[in-house]
Amino acid sequence: MAKSDVKLIGAWPSPFVMRPRIALNIKSEGYEFLEETLGSKSQLLLESNPVHKKIPVLIHDGKPICESLVIVEYIDEVWSSGPSILPSDPYDRALARFWAAYLDEKWFPTMRSIATAGEEAARKALIEQAGEGVMMLEDAFSRCSKGKGFFGGDQIGYLDIAFGSFLGWLRATEKTNGVKLIDETKTPSLFKWATSFSSHPAVKDVLPETQKLVEFAKVLAKFKAASSTS
Amino acid sequence: MAGDQVTLLDYWSSPFGMRVRIALAEKGVKYEYSEQDLRNKSDLLLQMNPVHKKIPVLVHDEKPVCESLIIVQYIDEVWKDKAPLLPSDPYQRAQSRFWADFVDKKMYEFGRKIWTTKGEDQEAAKKDFIDSLKLLEGELGDKPYFGGETLGYVDVALLPFYCWFYAYETIGNFNIEADCPKLIAYCKRCLQKESVSKSLKDPHKVYDFVVMLRKMLGLE
Repeated sequence: MAKSDVKLIGAWPSPFVMRPRIALNIKSEGYEFLEETLGSKSQLLLESNPVHKKIPVLIHDGKPICESLVIVEYIDEVWSSGPSILPSDPYDRALARFWAAYLDEKWFPTMRSIATAGEEAARKALIEQAGEGVMMLEDAFSRCSKGKGFFGGDQIGYLDIAFGSFLGWLRATEKTNGVKLIDETKTPSLFKWATSFSSHPAVKDVLPETQKLVEFAKVLAKFKAASSTS
Repeated sequence: MAGDQVTLLDYWSSPFGMRVRIALAEKGVKYEYSEQDLRNKSDLLLQMNPVHKKIPVLVHDEKPVCESLIIVQYIDEVWKDKAPLLPSDPYQRAQSRFWADFVDKKMYEFGRKIWTTKGEDQEAAKKDFIDSLKLLEGELGDKPYFGGETLGYVDVALLPFYCWFYAYETIGNFNIEADCPKLIAYCKRCLQKESVSKSLKDPHKVYDFVVMLRKMLGLE
C-alpha cells in the first residue's frame, strides 16, 4: 500500500488541533504538522477551509477535512486496522458524541469567557458553571468507562480525546484563577483519568505544559487587545 | 426489528424534531410520537434530557438519545439495513458531517435573528442567511440530493428549515427564491417524498406560531 500523504494545519496551543494529533498517534500514523502563526492565516489554510478559515484542517492525499471531531471520526474510519477510537455500540457512540458536543457548545465557551470576564462576580459565576459541567463529566465517566480507566474503556477513545484535549487549558485556568475544577475529592475519577490521559504515549507530546499555556494566554490577550483597538 | 420500543419526544414546529421524523420515516421505524409542552416541561422530558431539557429526544428501549443530528446518526447506525443516510466512503462521510454541522451553525442562528431583530441587525442576519444558503447551493451542485442519488444526512439536516422560510421571508420582508432559486427548487422536489412531506409542517402554521412567539417576546 502506498504511503499516505498526511498533513495537519494547526497550532500548538489549540485544543481542537490536539484532537486529530492524538487520533493520528493512536493509529501510529505519521503526519506533517504545518503550524500557523498567530495573527495571520496561510494561503493553504484559506484554500483548504474556505468556509470557516479555521484550524485544524487535515489534508489527506491532497483532500481537506475540516472540523476537529469530523476529522477524528474520519481518522478512525480510514485507519481502521489501528485501535478503535469510536465505541462499537451505537448507543455508546451516541453518548460519546453527546458529551463531546456538550463540551464544544456549552462547556468550553464558558471556560473561554472566564478569561475575558470583566467583573469579579461574573468571573466567579462562570467558574462555578464550568465546575458544574466538570461534575457532569465525572458522572458521565462512570457511565461510559464501565469501570475501566478511560471514557473509552481500556483504551483512549473519542470522548477521552474530546475532553482530554481541553486539559491543558483547564489546568491553566485553575492556575490563573486559583481554583480547582478537577479535584481529588469532588471528582475522584476524573482526577485519576487526567493523570492517565496526560501521560499516555499518544498524548504526552501533544498536550502543552500548563505554564506554557498560561504564558500564551497573556500573549493572546495582548494580541486581541491590540487588534481590537486598531 | 421486532420488539423495539421507540418514542420520540418532540414539538410540532421544531426543525430539529423534524430531522428525526424524516430519518425514522426513511427507515420505516414504527414509533410513538409524544408532543411536549415546552412551557411546562414534563417529568419524562426532564428525566430523559437533564442536561439540556430540550426536544427532540429519541427513547429507544427506555434509553434516551439527545441532540437531533446525534439521534439521526444513531438511527442510521441501528436501522442500518434500509435507506442509508451517511455514505459508505470515509471522505464522503466527513463531507456530509461537515455540511450538516454547517447547517447547524448557520440556519437556526441566522433564521432566529431574522425574526427576533430589526433594522441593521435584521439586515445583517438576512445577508448571512442568504450567504449560507448560497454556499449550500454550491455544495448541492447538480445532484438531486446532497446525499447524491438518494436522500442523505445533509438533506435531513437542512430540509426542515424549508417550512420556516415563509416565516423568515414574511417577517424579514425578503424573497429567498429570488437569491437561491436552485435551493428552493431542490426543497420543493424533496417535498414530493413522503418521509419529508409528512414530517414538515405547513409554513403558514409555522408563521402563525412565530407571530405568537414574537408577541410573547414583546417584539410585535
